[in-house]
Amino acid sequence: MDKWTFGWTMLVLGMGGTIVTLMIFSLLMSLLKKVFPYRKEEEE
Amino acid sequence: MIEAIVGGLSGLVAGFTNLQWSNVVMMAIGCVLLYLGIKKDFEPLLLVPIGFGCIMVNIPLSGLMEKDGFLRVIYDMGVITEIFPLLIFVGIGAMTDFGPVLENPYTFLLGAAGQFGIFLTLLLALALNFPYKEAVTIGIIGACDGPTVIYVASQYARNLLGPVSVAAYSYMSLVPVLQPPIMRMLTTDKERRTVMKTHKKTVSKTTKILFPIVITIVGGLIAPKGLPLLATIMLGNLMKESGAVARLTKAAENEISNIVTLLLGISIGATMDGPLFVQPTTLIVLALGLIAICLDTVFGVLFGKILYVVTGGKVNPLIGAAGISAFPMSARVVQKEGQKYNKKNYLLMHAMGANAGGQVGSVMAAAVMLSVLKGMGLI
Repeated sequence: MDKWTFGWTMLVLGMGGTIVTLMIFSLLMSLLKKVFPYRKEEEE
Repeated sequence: MIEAIVGGLSGLVAGFTNLQWSNVVMMAIGCVLLYLGIKKDFEPLLLVPIGFGCIMVNIPLSGLMEKDGFLRVIYDMGVITEIFPLLIFVGIGAMTDFGPVLENPYTFLLGAAGQFGIFLTLLLALALNFPYKEAVTIGIIGACDGPTVIYVASQYARNLLGPVSVAAYSYMSLVPVLQPPIMRMLTTDKERRTVMKTHKKTVSKTTKILFPIVITIVGGLIAPKGLPLLATIMLGNLMKESGAVARLTKAAENEISNIVTLLLGISIGATMDGPLFVQPTTLIVLALGLIAICLDTVFGVLFGKILYVVTGGKVNPLIGAAGISAFPMSARVVQKEGQKYNKKNYLLMHAMGANAGGQVGSVMAAAVMLSVLKGMGLI
């Protein structure tokens, strides 16, 4: 594999993978917040 | 008798006669690191031991980094085995409040945008003919996250461990200097004045406890090669949020972090041996590291501008700059910059969200990168 194939593959998969993963995290956290909503009495 | 005296004297002057100019240069650099740490308060917890380790290892014939030498033992025990950066991550996890990113989960995306510099710098390093693994290691400086940089360098480019670690920690400490001009250059006055709504508390304790567990499982399944990085930071956070193991959390935050930081610092300093370190390559690595962190800021702010447009002007693009992993320093920089243009602007909590997202983003970027490399059969 030449260096540019390697570099562009890393850019597309690396950055793409990071964005998609964090997007999934973002969705999962929104879901968790809906399933387990904040209740004031938790603090007490 | 005279022969014995001459022999003994030669032992006392051997340090001077074996001193090379590169050792002197490195001792001066060690002193600069000490100055930055002690007088300027730039990451003192790391720059002080790194600077002192650098001075120690450049004194000839001390044997500190030879087999069974004092620094070699520490280096082999904690850096080569990757134990030190991972233990530091447990401490970071225990100290980090991910609440702000959970309040606004979209800020995870700012944490992703803040990692662009890693991959663009990797391309630049390849253009400069660095081998693949070294290019990856140089790119990872853009994670702006010391333990991640050390973890990757210790596995794939040990010859670059010193320069990349120094670059990562030095530039992290320079975030208040590096970021504001980029933020000002890329945003309009109107954008910088944007007031963001203050948070209402919306995250339950259950969500906070489930966060590290879910992230570890999902992130680990996506990028298993980076699981040690992700899992250790999440373990620390789980201990903190669960409240069930207060003693362990306290130990991770204090004793473990402090001891490991000291040992890690002098081990990194020990890699800065003059003849090996004073090379044109080192300067190139330092320059590429600087570019990486600047590019992270550029793409973070640009993504902030996209959010500004998409939300109809509800998101201040400055918070994008906090998408890098320099936690919590870049969030403070954003707050300070925002207040310069609008005294009523309290961006800190929003920026902390992006910053915590950047913490996860940098770890995830490294994890994804390692897993892609593994998939390509390069590691």
